[in-house]
Amino acid sequence: MTLQATLSVHIGSFTLAADIGVEPGTTLALLGPNGAGKSTALRALAGLRPLTGGVVELGGRTLDDPARGVFVPPEQRSVGVVFQDYLLFGHLSAVDNVAFGLRARGMRKREANTAAAEWLDRVGLAAQARHKPRQLSGGQAQRVALARALAIRPDLLLLDEPLAALDAATRIQIRAQLRKHLDEYDGATVLVTHDPLDAMVLADRLLVVENGTVVQAGAPAEIAKRPRTDYIAALVGLNLYRGTADGVTIKLNDGGVLTTAHPMEGAVFVTFPPNAVSLHKTRPDGSPRNTWLAEVAGIEQHADTVRVRLNGIPDLLADVTTAAVAELSLTPGQQVWVTVKATETNAYPI
Amino acid sequence: MRAVRARVPVALVIPALIGLAFLVLPLIGLVIRAPWATLVDHLSTAEVGEALRLSLICATSATAICLVLGVPLAWMLARTEIPGRRIARAFVTVPLVLPPVVGGVALLLVFGRRGVIGQYLDSWFGFSLPFTTTGVIVAEAFVAMPFLVIAVEGALRGADPRFEEAAATLGASRWMAFRRVTLPTVAPGIAAGAVLCWARALGEFGATITFAGNFPGTTQTMPLAVYLALEQDPDSATVLSLVLLVVSVAILVSLRDRWIGARA
Repeated sequence: MTLQATLSVHIGSFTLAADIGVEPGTTLALLGPNGAGKSTALRALAGLRPLTGGVVELGGRTLDDPARGVFVPPEQRSVGVVFQDYLLFGHLSAVDNVAFGLRARGMRKREANTAAAEWLDRVGLAAQARHKPRQLSGGQAQRVALARALAIRPDLLLLDEPLAALDAATRIQIRAQLRKHLDEYDGATVLVTHDPLDAMVLADRLLVVENGTVVQAGAPAEIAKRPRTDYIAALVGLNLYRGTADGVTIKLNDGGVLTTAHPMEGAVFVTFPPNAVSLHKTRPDGSPRNTWLAEVAGIEQHADTVRVRLNGIPDLLADVTTAAVAELSLTPGQQVWVTVKATETNAYPI
Repeated sequence: MRAVRARVPVALVIPALIGLAFLVLPLIGLVIRAPWATLVDHLSTAEVGEALRLSLICATSATAICLVLGVPLAWMLARTEIPGRRIARAFVTVPLVLPPVVGGVALLLVFGRRGVIGQYLDSWFGFSLPFTTTGVIVAEAFVAMPFLVIAVEGALRGADPRFEEAAATLGASRWMAFRRVTLPTVAPGIAAGAVLCWARALGEFGATITFAGNFPGTTQTMPLAVYLALEQDPDSATVLSLVLLVVSVAILVSLRDRWIGARA
């Protein structure tokens, strides 16, 4: 069933305003920094926080519409929720946790337990059915929570930072499994995360939320390629500038000029990836057109590359090899020449 | 390793030791003066057996009433935003500090044969609470309920309400969420509160003697029997007191981890 929601929630001075539409069988990710209002959106969809304005409709049924005085409480919505810290009932075994929703919906104990056991089997936890939540690892608890939410066969599945509580190694494994379960699930899914990788891997569509408003929406690949805010640019690892294009020359709003390969006109965003940057001790000969002098502000090791923060006109991030750092003997405060090939830049209208 | 802390000041040690002795000596006296040789005979007399039986029945019934009424009251105080909740909490704690005799008088004024409610109970149902075993239970419940409510409310406040939200998203009504999620979570708190409540009910004297009187077999509980025996048969009073002391210590031991140790 299709989810169609116009959310408006006021909490003190904070306001969340977002339009959300999700087709059955697809996953929408709400991506944003902490405190952006993502979890509030999820709570509003689940019915745990009534809307201040707007409307929530699921499969044509109105769940919340303050203007018309309609509010369906959470227990009467067909919505499954996987909470960030799972909220498994500590006094119940894994199988009883999964059976809880079925029992609440009036299924007999024996049938509910059979169905719950099947769900646990499906998430690979048949052997842990009798375990209490405190005996489960983080990854296992996450899968029990997922099975518990899916067991009630909800029309809408809500996932609140489903991988945030897991360690890095478990995360990769659980992320892949979650993707598989979401593919098999035929309802609409809304996922909240602050991790761009989770969003890219799990979602068909992305809604980037900052300060309670949607700043960008689209397919993950599109957003990764054409970020429109500094937050998203930082998430997807791109240098992002705003400027005014006149042919292939872009005059940046905060100073500096970049040259691109394809002519544009008017207000544009322009990006280039940090690994497209070359650093030189002396001004390179026959240099590319994007060449400027910058000062090293910081150096951080990032897996197998080194990320260098540079202050210049404009500022930028550069990813270079450890060998290059040694060769240039980079130290903070040092002046270096920066070059970026025009073909590595990507400009698109604001 | 050498002790590096300075010696504890005498000005503190002496009153501290006197204070400790003051609390412990009477209990030791009770044990020393107990008529150990005739202990079994005293315990097996009809009066003692009757008082003990009555005490256990009344304290247990009062605790049952407190559980049925007090747990929902604690839930209301902890989980709802109804108006007057703060005042309600204040009233709940009043019986804690009220002299029990005053409680007994107040109960008489309400449930007595001419009382605010008692007159209707009498004229409509021919039913009267004062000076009956039921009256004892009512008096004990009145005095003991705050212990339960406060313990359970504390446990509820410590329990994460988001588990109830999780239950709601799974389709559980608020009642079912309370029954199947909240109640099991706070069960240790309820158990502790019930034990405290039971102990308080068992030792109840003032409200009971005021509201229910002192009739052997119907309203004469252990504390009342102790008081009466003290004038006629001091040895029996000592034995009864010893029994109550043993019960109190047993309760303290059972609650040791929860109330005296570090609270989880």
